Amino acid sequence: MKIVVTVKLVPDPNAEKRIDPATKRLVRTGVETVLNPYDEYALEAALQLKERIGGDTTVTVFAMAPESLKETLRKALAMGADDAVLLSDAGLEGSDVWGTSYAMAHALKKVGFDLLIVGGLSDDGSTGATPGALAEYLQTPLVTNARKADVADGKLQIERETDTGYQIVKAPLPTVMTTALTFGEPRYASLKGIMGAKKKTIAAMALADLGLDQSVGAAGAKTELLSFAPPPVRGKGNVVEAADGATGAKAIFDFLKEKKLV
Amino acid sequence: MTTTHAKTAAAPDAVDFLGLDALLSDEERLIRDTVRSFVRDRVLPNVGEWFEAGTLPRELGRELGRLGLLGMHLHGYDCPGASAVAYGIACMELEAGDAGVRSFASVQGSLAMFAIYRWGSEEQKRTWLPRMARGEAIGCFGLTEPDFGSNPAGMRTFARRDGGDWILNGTKLWITNGSIADLAIVWANTDDGIRGFVVEKGTRGFSTSDIHKKISLRASITSELVLQDVRVPADAQLPLAKGLSGPLACLSEARFGIIWGAMGAARACYEAALDYAKTRVQFDRPIGGFQLTQEKLANMLLELGKGSLLALHLGRMKDDGRLHPAQVSFGKLNNVREALKICREARTILGANGVTLEYPVIRHMNNLESVLTYEGTSEVHTLVIGQQITGISAFT
Ligand SMILES: Cc1cc2nc3c(=O)[nH]c(=O)nc-3n(C[C@H](O)[C@H](O)[C@@H](O)COP(=O)(O)OP(=O)(O)OC[C@H]3O[C@@H](n4cnc5c(N)ncnc54)[C@H](O)[C@@H]3O)c2cc1C
Ligand SMILES: Cc1cc2nc3c(=O)[nH]c(=O)nc-3n(C[C@H](O)[C@H](O)[C@H](O)COP(=O)(O)OP(=O)(O)OC[C@H]3O[C@@H](n4cnc5c(N)ncnc54)[C@H](O)[C@@H]3O)c2cc1C
Repeated sequence: MKIVVTVKLVPDPNAEKRIDPATKRLVRTGVETVLNPYDEYALEAALQLKERIGGDTTVTVFAMAPESLKETLRKALAMGADDAVLLSDAGLEGSDVWGTSYAMAHALKKVGFDLLIVGGLSDDGSTGATPGALAEYLQTPLVTNARKADVADGKLQIERETDTGYQIVKAPLPTVMTTALTFGEPRYASLKGIMGAKKKTIAAMALADLGLDQSVGAAGAKTELLSFAPPPVRGKGNVVEAADGATGAKAIFDFLKEKKLV
Repeated sequence: MTTTHAKTAAAPDAVDFLGLDALLSDEERLIRDTVRSFVRDRVLPNVGEWFEAGTLPRELGRELGRLGLLGMHLHGYDCPGASAVAYGIACMELEAGDAGVRSFASVQGSLAMFAIYRWGSEEQKRTWLPRMARGEAIGCFGLTEPDFGSNPAGMRTFARRDGGDWILNGTKLWITNGSIADLAIVWANTDDGIRGFVVEKGTRGFSTSDIHKKISLRASITSELVLQDVRVPADAQLPLAKGLSGPLACLSEARFGIIWGAMGAARACYEAALDYAKTRVQFDRPIGGFQLTQEKLANMLLELGKGSLLALHLGRMKDDGRLHPAQVSFGKLNNVREALKICREARTILGANGVTLEYPVIRHMNNLESVLTYEGTSEVHTLVIGQQITGISAFT
């Protein structure tokens, strides 16, 4: 079975982010690039499935990103993925969700998969729209928010997490799945994994390989980012000063009650 | 004549001021980032409590084993075979968490495992190294005795032949991991000079007791080993270790890691002090705005940069097979001494907060007092260098 995991390469979530007012794109220089945190969970899910299913199951990671970020993918290989595919092309720069998904879907069709695992959300763009768009272009079912998954008789069965409880859902392969953060903490790369990663291949793909009939990148974008602003600075919180614990607790309780939180 | 365009110099980072990051390979950076995130997730949230309680959880050994950090620079026997620089980087990140955690990895990998790897039989290697690499079996290294620290040649622990077996008698003191170890590498005198033995936990006559009331390296177990007519078979002896060079070769390995580790502790203290200096306000301005504080920070940064550069240089030499033990002494002497100064200076910047376990500084500072003493005291390393440059030994 072939499992493919999409991994977006995003600026370090712990670093301060800046958007260039001229291009309205995230400034990437001087900021380390990392694997999108949600996608590390997706990769963890893939690696767990591989361990469970065994046999000739392989895990491929797929990213659409500038060629210069290639080495960042090495971490996914160090964690245990078998190989990687990097789709890079100057013509992809400035793609919106539509363009990204359209190009990615065509590339993923070429790569081929039985199960495509996509993170639920990117740390930078955060539209959450990619998984749905991919399933649409790939003409596969989409099962989302899996906290557990298993494959049997050519079918994927997952346990979905919802606000009201869990749902068991089955879908035929090939299919697209997104993972919940409860699937399990992403593993650390081991030293052996890190040292073995340099021998694994990162295959390159470009727009010319895809034969798209619509233009992507900034030219093909259907949406336009008009303006942006940093989030409003949070005001100072209410500080309750009280003579003793009991009066303090009462003040906090009254506040919560007023907000209808208790 | 062709003119080259000057490159624009990027503003230096406040911690990696010299841009040493660029001297590392992608793989070395990935190792650093991985160990750093392990330390951030698993060590930093708990180490204050471990330190206060005077313990280190046994489970941590298995976690370090899963990461591949135990015996990481050894080849074969399920060990990853990483470079000396990679090993140094791991030590630096572990000690930026706590010297106790780094000591655990040093003793396991560079002292106990290395002793078997370097001096052991094929059988001993196959029996112990894979389990030790996974952190399933813990090792300790018994050289120091109550009356023989800097002068181990005088050790009183004695192993005498009894038919095919050996009978060991003696006491070892200050032994890291002693009571939690599944096997002890015990160095003993024999009629033929110093030899090394693998003594398994539970062997009759072999007992341990822990040293309490330490106020340094508290997140690390330190024990006394007592050997009373301990009978071990002939194949418990490390066949290739003959004389004091046996334990000394192991110590040289571990010391190399300390050169890096000390700079990890120093970095953690510098970062804590810098952060504090920028946010703590007195006389209506951040204390980092006072010249005296800036001088402290600048001096800390200088030694941190120089010490880190030294560690990397010695690491590259080691990978090249060119590192002399006296150069290891150079590194250990300089980096532990400077790290201790950096931590003490950081302590002053944090004021009263500097004396609590809420901040990492005094923990690192106290830990470094042990690091200054073990693996050869600073005085001993001074004499090693002195002997090397003058050709005259001043030890006795
Ligand atoms: C600050 C910012 C704001 C943006 N706003 C918009 C907008 O409003 N409208 C719009 O159309 N576009 C927008 N974009 C562009 C858009 O985010 C990206 O083009 C895009 O790659 C996909 O969307 P996403 O990042 O929101 O991913 P999401 O849909 O949030 O990501 C879900 C998952 O899809 C996968 N994935 C997404 N992108 C990639 C990739 N490049 N390679 C591999 N896997 C991937 C990952 O597994 C990820 O976990 C914005 C980008 C930025 C940086
Ligand atoms: C926390 C901790 C963990 C340890 N773990 C281990 C372990 O796992 N295994 C192990 O075998 N040992 C271990 N040790 C022991 C350590 O290696 C010794 O403490 C060290 O070698 C110094 O020996 P000593 O304490 O007996 O001091 P001494 O040798 O008595 O030295 C006392 C002082 O005299 C100085 N001195 C000694 N000789 C000379 C000289 N010729 N010229 C000038 N000055 C001299 C020393 O530098 C020092 O300042 C550990 C120690 C500590 C504190």
